[in-house]
Amino acid sequence: MDVKIKSMKYDDFKDNEALEQLRAAGTNIIMGSLDKLIDWGRSNSLWPLTFATSCCGIEYMAVGAARYDFSRFGFEVTRASPRQADFIMVAGTIVHKMAPVLKRLYDQMAEPKYVIAMGACAISGGPFKDSYHVVKGVDTIIPVDVYMPGCPPRPEALLYALMQLQRKVKVEKFFGGVNRKEKRTK
Amino acid sequence: MININDKCIKDKILSVAPDAAFDEAAIFTVTVPAEQYHRLAHCLRYDADMRFDYLLCMTGMDWGDALGVVNLLESTTHDQSLFLKTAVTDRENPEIPSVADIWETAILNEREVFDYFGIRFTGHPDMRRIFLRNDWVGYPLRKDYNADEALNPVRLANEELIDTTTVYEAVAGGKTEAHTRTVFEEGEYVVNIGPQHPATHGVLHFRVSLEGETVKKVDVNCGYIHRGIEKMCESLTYPQALGYTDRLDYLGAHQNRHALCMCIEEALGLEIPDRVKVIRTIMDELQRLSSHLLFWSCLCMDLGALTAFFYGFRDREKVLNMMEETTGGRLIQSYNVIGGVMNDIHPDLIKRIKEFIKYLPPMLKEYRDVFTGNVIAQQRMKDIGVLAKEMAVAFGVTGPSGRASGWACDVRKRKPYAAYDKVQFKEAVRTEGDSFARYLVRIEEIEQSLYILEQLADNIPAGDYAVKTKPVIKLPEGRFFKSVEASRGEFGVYIESRGDKNPYRIKFRSPCLPLVDVVDTLARGGKIADLIAIGGTLDYVVPDIDR
Ligand code: SF4
Repeated sequence: MDVKIKSMKYDDFKDNEALEQLRAAGTNIIMGSLDKLIDWGRSNSLWPLTFATSCCGIEYMAVGAARYDFSRFGFEVTRASPRQADFIMVAGTIVHKMAPVLKRLYDQMAEPKYVIAMGACAISGGPFKDSYHVVKGVDTIIPVDVYMPGCPPRPEALLYALMQLQRKVKVEKFFGGVNRKEKRTK
Repeated sequence: MININDKCIKDKILSVAPDAAFDEAAIFTVTVPAEQYHRLAHCLRYDADMRFDYLLCMTGMDWGDALGVVNLLESTTHDQSLFLKTAVTDRENPEIPSVADIWETAILNEREVFDYFGIRFTGHPDMRRIFLRNDWVGYPLRKDYNADEALNPVRLANEELIDTTTVYEAVAGGKTEAHTRTVFEEGEYVVNIGPQHPATHGVLHFRVSLEGETVKKVDVNCGYIHRGIEKMCESLTYPQALGYTDRLDYLGAHQNRHALCMCIEEALGLEIPDRVKVIRTIMDELQRLSSHLLFWSCLCMDLGALTAFFYGFRDREKVLNMMEETTGGRLIQSYNVIGGVMNDIHPDLIKRIKEFIKYLPPMLKEYRDVFTGNVIAQQRMKDIGVLAKEMAVAFGVTGPSGRASGWACDVRKRKPYAAYDKVQFKEAVRTEGDSFARYLVRIEEIEQSLYILEQLADNIPAGDYAVKTKPVIKLPEGRFFKSVEASRGEFGVYIESRGDKNPYRIKFRSPCLPLVDVVDTLARGGKIADLIAIGGTLDYVVPDIDR
């Protein structure tokens, strides 16, 4: 059986190079090295908050299990308390009743904190965009760092998104200047 | 078995409700005015010839000129079903007597109807909204609902939880009095579990009143993932509506979609090829396997056995692989379509199923060794959260949880569909009704699913994988209901059609709503830690509750 799969050509797949250019400007050698050390440590131990509202959450669990195993990249320490977590993976639809809860969880997290919007629902409301009770994108409530399309995204996509977050963390400067402004809610 | 069309039954109904009207469609319908509704309901429930003890599906309706409810009743003793319908024309203050004293499951269902349509049920002990916020403006499932975003913006202020509720009491002279009833007293120690809590399996909110470590009362607060699917479906065509069923209970994605497809096919009178029936059965069982394996993993994790989680997911991935090869999706498969399935099965599917049938039994033994026989696991589940059979029926707790209480409620046996009448399997029924029984039933169902797959693997008939349907699918006018045995119980689809290309009203009978409904009954008097074992073995999926 030959099934035609429409997909992107690999050559067309361009990674976003802009992030690393932030680094290219150069920093003080001592501070820069210290930054690198800290970023290296932080980017490899990003702890997610256990937060899953619906279908996407199951794929998220699957990535936590043995086959995909995100502990290879340091993401396995899921925290049940927002105060100990580094990022929220918004896995699933966010509805009106949940919106204040999500906002509160985000506010309770300690800086620096990140948000990944997993799946069409978290990005824009997805298949439920026309519903009376669904929030049309979590970025209307909290700032989002990485968007991960799919319904649900495949585990590979999830790992890729996590690595994009790592890239973001890796270019942060703690000592030598600022390239990451304090986040503001829209 | 008695026949509901019997003259004497009709006479009986007419004697309690003289204004009842009958409609002898595929499923017998009785329409009564609201004044006689409660009396008739009582008679239907307790009369020895009828005994409609199982309220399968309560649907709120807005017919434009009237608001009302349609109840689908079933009798577990006489194997009958009937629609009981009532309506009121007052749109400002619609009031219908509550039947919560007759069927326990009506308590949450009537709250749902109140939430969606604003129909007040007189005599109901707890008329609060259930899914939407208390400050929500309007009743979304009414046809004249104002969907203006300005009325209901995304509110970022925390919702005030109220400890009181209103009870509407019908008094003489056709008037209604409203009383206030307290849910939690002033001095009670109330702990919030959820909405973000790993042990609630999603975003469910329990408010638990504690006396030391003992649970005094549990108040369920749903709606944190209420996506308004039923309302959305009203403006979609039937093939479009299919997509949403997969996302209700995503661990029974295939089965849910199967129910909607069958409901539409039956309404259209489509003849489904045998090949399709067998393929659908195979997929249903694979889905059940994946769901029960996930149940096992998560329950073990909830009870503190983290390694077991990895065992279960390891085996679940094998099932997902098989499904993915054929359908292209791991979790959400979108495989059923009206008239058949999307594409033929993958040539390797049969080979893989056979491999899997050999692979899993030793793993199940491993499960038994690491968890089932474990003393701690047994102590945390045995005699915890006992659900009696009568309560299971009254609350409408179906699926493995109902069968653990001794109620043989398997839809695959009671109302065989697809290829289930051609295969043999044993319905796993136990009588203890405790958490451990619910656990064992699921483990046994895994074995039975393998047995079903074994029988079907070599017997897939040749033929088409789908029949042609019209480009625009219009259902004839009428009421249709079809249910399947999903991973967690009886999943049903109720469609009311006016002959258009989109449904006038579509309601999904969620198997998980009754499951959270019984949590209060099961957890009372137990320890707070038992709540986790109870929730884990009931195995609800929250988006299916909230829809
Ligand atoms: S994006 Fe799709 S899979 Fe994810 S939560 Fe939304 S509906 Fe479910």
